[in-house]
Amino acid sequence: MATSPSDLAVIGAGPAGLAAAVTAAGLGLRVTLLDAGERPGGQYYRHPAPGLGAARPEALHHGWAAFAAREAALRAHEAAGRITYLPFHHVWTVVPEGQGATADRAAPTWTLHAVAGPDEAPTIVRARAVLLATGAYERQLPFPGWTLPGVVGAGGAQAMLKSGLVLPGRRAVVAGSGPLLLAVAGSLAAAGARVPAVVEAAAYTGYAAHAPALLRNPGKLAEGATYGSALLRHGVRLLTRHAVTEAHGTDRVEAVTVARLDRDWRPLPGTARRIPCDAVAVGHGLVPQLELATGLGCATRPSPDATVALELDARQRTSVPGIWSAGETGGIGGAQLALAEGEIAAHSIAGRPVPARLVRSRTRLRAFAAAMAGAHRPGPGWTGWLREDTDVCRCEEVPASRIREAVEDLGARDARTVKLLTRAGMGWCQGRMCGPAVAALAGTGPAPDRRPLSCPVPLRHLAGLPADAPSELPPGLPPELPPELP
Amino acid sequence: MSEATRGRRRSPRDLVGGTPTETWSLRFDDRELPAQTGQSIAAVLWSAGILAWRTTRETATPRGAFCGIGSCYDCLVTVNGRPNQRACLVPARPGDHVTTQEGTGHGDLAV
Repeated sequence: MATSPSDLAVIGAGPAGLAAAVTAAGLGLRVTLLDAGERPGGQYYRHPAPGLGAARPEALHHGWAAFAAREAALRAHEAAGRITYLPFHHVWTVVPEGQGATADRAAPTWTLHAVAGPDEAPTIVRARAVLLATGAYERQLPFPGWTLPGVVGAGGAQAMLKSGLVLPGRRAVVAGSGPLLLAVAGSLAAAGARVPAVVEAAAYTGYAAHAPALLRNPGKLAEGATYGSALLRHGVRLLTRHAVTEAHGTDRVEAVTVARLDRDWRPLPGTARRIPCDAVAVGHGLVPQLELATGLGCATRPSPDATVALELDARQRTSVPGIWSAGETGGIGGAQLALAEGEIAAHSIAGRPVPARLVRSRTRLRAFAAAMAGAHRPGPGWTGWLREDTDVCRCEEVPASRIREAVEDLGARDARTVKLLTRAGMGWCQGRMCGPAVAALAGTGPAPDRRPLSCPVPLRHLAGLPADAPSELPPGLPPELPPELP
Repeated sequence: MSEATRGRRRSPRDLVGGTPTETWSLRFDDRELPAQTGQSIAAVLWSAGILAWRTTRETATPRGAFCGIGSCYDCLVTVNGRPNQRACLVPARPGDHVTTQEGTGHGDLAV
């Protein structure tokens, strides 16, 4: 490439990436900010496109001022040439530059390969440091009927509402586990949907064990109270320790069965009741999106919510020199924490001391995140609501019976073997939707994301990579593969 | 909730004070659907009350948008003859012809 490398490439323009990019630019670094989305903000600050003429986008958001200030800074840095902002760029791999580059070199240069825009044009960005701010996607636990149209992710319903100003239905049950459900129910109700119930599998008493972490976060408690009062105002019932155990309908959802759960999330016999609805927004917390990080060899750790997160030090450094990370990749913790961590990472990358207020803020918010994660960790009894014919893998249409057969009859002891025997997780989404469920059915904990490519890449781009640069290939792809492709 | 909104149904557009700059129609199979600049194809379909626009390869069951952020690939659709586009990510554009996608979307190739 003819262009000289940036000081820093930030992948993801959500709260963490955006805060990091503008802070780093303010500290004098030359930054390239790449984002898969069309507008900055990530999933949390998703907002209507300008064409929708929204006069009050903040009506759908909490903490909009924090975003607006950073977006203004982004535009100013862009105008001044300090930030190159590349929306609609999906980075599919990051590799150390050139032959013989190794992770223990003091200052490697990194090459980022991206596909840009709807036409998936190949793009290469080079940088001396990389910040992974790739966020998270929603965790789903399957139940009978969850593939019916009208059953959508809770975060998905929120995302479609925030960006497209649309609702999946007029009467929407919100179900699953985690604080996101309260926000989603509040938004759907404010936008005109009727929400007969928020069905939360955990008991909020799980937070009580972490009273000190709660008391140190009055802002978070106030946020919770805001959601709570919004639900009351809209007449939304909150059913804790309950789950949607089945969705009914033929071509689309028409009703759900809701049942009480025991402590382990096992449905209690005789407690089932039916709630009519034309939409179900469902989600069981979030999963850190780590494929670029694990592709680079960054170390991971288990989180209290039974997901896998990146191992990061006090300066947001991963175990790979030259690669930093901030936000949900280090464990699900919310937008405020992501903003603080993005700024910490920027100071760290710029070689500056990290302001004490950022460190305090991170410590406090991480404690709250840990309390929250533990309270909403899925109980092992959820598999009790699966029927034998319930599709667990949506893409490959693999029912629970085939996964159980792989485990019980064919001797599979981990999710990877189940995948090879059944194709669960081999489809389009590469196990993003079924991964946690398959791991639970295999009787193991979740494994870190291991996908050689973080998004689909046209074969011609792989074929177009220089044949004499095998180190440019993502780990996991046989080096002889691309040159043979048409 | 204000008095004004208590008596009638609110809409997402009311909530954010939305005044679309431009509207046109999108062709979906044999129908014309109202579309606004800035909406994804999935958003245009949801606005029209359409929740499913493809059928699966194995059991031919209907699917539409699920994750809403491009992770699940359930919302795959054929746009202007190009199959397997994620409707939740692809912006709707004037002149687009969106068609229901069956199976892999490559049925016409007879492979």
